[in-house]
Amino acid sequence: MIKKELFFKGYKSILKPDSPAIALGCCFIAIGALLKNIGFNIQESIFSTMLIYALPGSLVMAESILVGASLLSIFIAVWFVNARLYPMAVSLFPLMMDERQPKWKYYISCHFIAVSAWLIMKSNYETIEKKDRVDFWIGIGSATWSVAVIATILGFYLSDYLNKDMLMGLAILNPIYFICMMVGAMKTVQVTLAVTLGAALGPVFYFFSPEWSILLGGLVAGSIAFLIGEKNVN
Amino acid sequence: MSINIFLSIIVTSIATYISRFLGVLSSVRIKETSKIFRWFNCLAYATLAALIARTIIFPVGVLSEASYLSRILVIVLSLGIFFITKKNFVYPTIFSALGMALLNNLI
Repeated sequence: MIKKELFFKGYKSILKPDSPAIALGCCFIAIGALLKNIGFNIQESIFSTMLIYALPGSLVMAESILVGASLLSIFIAVWFVNARLYPMAVSLFPLMMDERQPKWKYYISCHFIAVSAWLIMKSNYETIEKKDRVDFWIGIGSATWSVAVIATILGFYLSDYLNKDMLMGLAILNPIYFICMMVGAMKTVQVTLAVTLGAALGPVFYFFSPEWSILLGGLVAGSIAFLIGEKNVN
Repeated sequence: MSINIFLSIIVTSIATYISRFLGVLSSVRIKETSKIFRWFNCLAYATLAALIARTIIFPVGVLSEASYLSRILVIVLSLGIFFITKKNFVYPTIFSALGMALLNNLI
């Protein structure tokens, strides 16, 4: 089963100075308010955050419902915008794979892959023994996930009191937090190049194809960063 | 409408979980010291950076109503605070929310 000590060590990471709790909480408050405004009831809002737990996906879903899109087009749009979760999983889970751990832990805890938990795990995994990392990860994931759910509830009930300026403040907070986290993570040539090139190419590709811009920008920028970084090491 | 919302949530969560699940399945065969792991690491960071840049430059929702100048000013000032406070994450994020709300009224 899950080692309690490691789980709580992970869970407590949201209380640290680099915690995503404030940024994550604020953006899910905005999501809660948005969901209420487009006609979700409280149960639907809670379930959507619990089951989806990926901010851009929730935004795409909300927009699609507003314009009356079909379920198939929602599926495709969300799959596109959340496909970034695939490389995120592949660049995180090999760090935790251990034969002594049961497979279900990995299949269930992959639901916690989101930028906030991913970045915390990336900057802390070296301090944990490999066989215990998945328990630590489940702790981090449960913490960020519960913050998101509670914030959605708050946002739903606060929506009548939030004006446009406040919502704007809440909306900028999350990208700013992630920018800081990414800048903080720029410790190797590869990561530094990947972040700077990705930030430049993502918007450039948007002019050619808004749907593909994130994936294509990420693929091209990431591959260039990888090749230059490998050459540098050799 | 309510049935639509329910189905939309289910469809969205399946579309989201697929990428996570496939990522775990692929991870079984990938060693953390391998080249392919390093490549995916670069892809993940680059894709995240692309996503964040897009959220700020071509925002959807309420942010699209804020001017470019105000958005860029908030980013530059927040990063300045991040470095001044020796890479503290709390100050720049709180500043950004207040700064954005204020600047939106000024610019």
